[in-house]
Amino acid sequence: MAQVELTGIAKSFGEVRVLRDVSLEIRDGEFVTILGPSGCGKSTLLRIIAGLERQDAGRIRIGARTVDTLRPNERDIAMVFQSYALYPHLTVAGNLALPLRMRLLSWQQRLPGARWFSPHIRAVERDINRRVSEAAALLQMETLLPRKPAQLSGGQKQRVAVGRAMVREPRVFLMDEPLSNLDAELRVHMRAEIAQLHRRLGVTFIYVTHDQAEAMTMSDRVVVMMDGQPLQFSSPGAIYSDPVDLRVARFVGSPRINTLPGVTTGRRSIDLAGLELPFDVALAAGERVTVAIRPAATGVAGQHGLPGSGVPGLSGRLVHRENLGSDLFLHARIDALDTTVIVRQDPSAIDAFPLGMQLQVDIPVDQALAFNSAGARIRSRVVARAAAS
Amino acid sequence: MADTTRADTLERSRGRLRRQQALTAAGLAGPATFLLFLLLLGPTTAVVALSFTDWQFGAKSLNLIGLGNYAEMFGDRVFWRSLRNTLVYVAITVPTSVLLGLGFALLIEARSSAQGFYRTVYFLPVTATLIAMAVVWEFLFHPNIGLVNLLLGLVGIRGGHWLNNPATALYALAAIGVWQSLGFNVVLFLAGLKSVPRDLYDAAAVDGADSAWERFRRVTWPMLGPTLMFVLVIMAIRSFQVFDTVAVLTSGGPNKSTEVLLYTMYTEGFTYFRSGYASAITVVFLAFVLTLTLLQARILDRRVHYT
Ligand SMILES: Nc1ncnc2c1ncn2[C@@H]1O[C@H](COP(=O)(O)OP(=O)(O)O)[C@@H](O)[C@H]1O
Ligand SMILES: [Mg+2]
Repeated sequence: MAQVELTGIAKSFGEVRVLRDVSLEIRDGEFVTILGPSGCGKSTLLRIIAGLERQDAGRIRIGARTVDTLRPNERDIAMVFQSYALYPHLTVAGNLALPLRMRLLSWQQRLPGARWFSPHIRAVERDINRRVSEAAALLQMETLLPRKPAQLSGGQKQRVAVGRAMVREPRVFLMDEPLSNLDAELRVHMRAEIAQLHRRLGVTFIYVTHDQAEAMTMSDRVVVMMDGQPLQFSSPGAIYSDPVDLRVARFVGSPRINTLPGVTTGRRSIDLAGLELPFDVALAAGERVTVAIRPAATGVAGQHGLPGSGVPGLSGRLVHRENLGSDLFLHARIDALDTTVIVRQDPSAIDAFPLGMQLQVDIPVDQALAFNSAGARIRSRVVARAAAS
Repeated sequence: MADTTRADTLERSRGRLRRQQALTAAGLAGPATFLLFLLLLGPTTAVVALSFTDWQFGAKSLNLIGLGNYAEMFGDRVFWRSLRNTLVYVAITVPTSVLLGLGFALLIEARSSAQGFYRTVYFLPVTATLIAMAVVWEFLFHPNIGLVNLLLGLVGIRGGHWLNNPATALYALAAIGVWQSLGFNVVLFLAGLKSVPRDLYDAAAVDGADSAWERFRRVTWPMLGPTLMFVLVIMAIRSFQVFDTVAVLTSGGPNKSTEVLLYTMYTEGFTYFRSGYASAITVVFLAFVLTLTLLQARILDRRVHYT
């Protein structure tokens, strides 16, 4: 049982408020990713959970214990660092064994030569060696055990760092951007491995990254953090399709979500430069709002149904095309809104879209998200099409 | 036919190009090679050659006497005295200044506020001319008005004339040697400490190594390996070269108690003009320094850089 419970965590470095009032409840055995741009306080939060940094305010519980006054090695956690932080003078086996030696042997028992006088120490050391071999076997790195870190590739070092965390059999795994020093291909591979490791160990993982692909692919739930505050804590699917804050909507998804400036009409609809989107929400007339829609949710007139099927559209001019092979992204300049909208199309249709052409961009209202001027989501029940017509 | 001729011409012009490149390379490396021979290998060879002769400085002729100089040297009590004094001096100054340097660096690193100030202060003795500072030390060691004896007097110890007493003169010089190189070592160790990755301390803390001693033993000490090796070798070589304090303060005395290799070489070569004999001493000196350098370059270097 190792749920992690943060209540009102705050932290400042001098004048800089890095974390303000962070509260999270992470369930036992859950894989939670803390996702956010660089500098938003992710590492600081993780270091506070680990006990490497002391919070200014707030409480931390791991399992049934309040750990605020405990030292890192008493918290039943293990941490994997971005730089791997392997001891360069020890072999891989030595690196894996060190946390166990520190925990299972007293300093007198660790003295060189002490093992010759005590069968107990020898028994403990056999146990340590067994656990090191087990971890190495699980991570398929038995052949690396006699090597020094300098003789390892980036991916191998990463594996050793994970192994060193694993041998301690912690109740919570903390990982701070463990993949960011690897090349793209290896990153995808390690992503799968870490997710697999989590399933096999079944313990709580708290994983920090600024890479949304890592967050979306590995996590049970994602915390999106900005400016030292968690904005949303929900499943990867909900983070993508049901963001509660405009900043979350903008941070997640590639290419970026389209954002269009609109004004409420007071008639349960939003006006986008003359295009009236039905939104079942009671807002006074004349309020500035932002309508956001994913490139994949948009289309070019006629594709979401027959012309005149009721899908509202914006007229624009094609200014740029990006063909990624799997997707074709059309950049349409909407002069009326003074903005550019990205529309996803199938690459096979590229010839139908010569640069400079005029096109009608669909805004399917059931997929559009609205945010108020403070960036908070405006929930709406879409007016049924039948009712509107 | 036409094709072959063209290929031939091409081949020939390629060969010419390659020769030109080799010439250019030799031309570019030439000055450095020339200077290397002129400034380093040349004089060394000359010293070795001279050590097999009875040449006196300024003499018009010389005789090859084989190992004569070496035989005389190894039979001379002054030489053995001088070698022993040098080794004692090295054996005192190197560990003392290295350990003190490491200790001060750790203390400074722990209190981060005034690091720039400390760094400057500790580096002062390195930048100051030792000859000028030797005058200050002569006063400090003065039997009646010297600060050393005044301070000792406060705790009830009667200090003697440190530099004039054969029993203490070498140790007094060693103390000056430690003082002179301490700051240099502190600065080097501070740089070494700066380059220890912070993450390693964090990893050690998570692993349970979070007391001051465990942090030092698990992270600081192993990570300082390269710095320590560098400081040790530099210090050993510099201590071997001890000369100026001896020349200014004791002239090798009293009673040859501070006679060191370079000073013996100096008196033989420049006071008695026995250049051949002085060269033989220099060869012994060079052999020690070369051994230390090779030791660093070959064996120890590989052991401490973790590759
Ligand atoms: N030890 C520290 N001293 C001063 N400022 C710090 C310290 N650690 C982090 N910061 C600052 O706190 C902010 C958040 O840092 P961090 O938690 O590392 O962000 P992230 O991991 O999300 O990139 C940054 O602006 C950083 O400069
Ligand atoms: Mg970070």
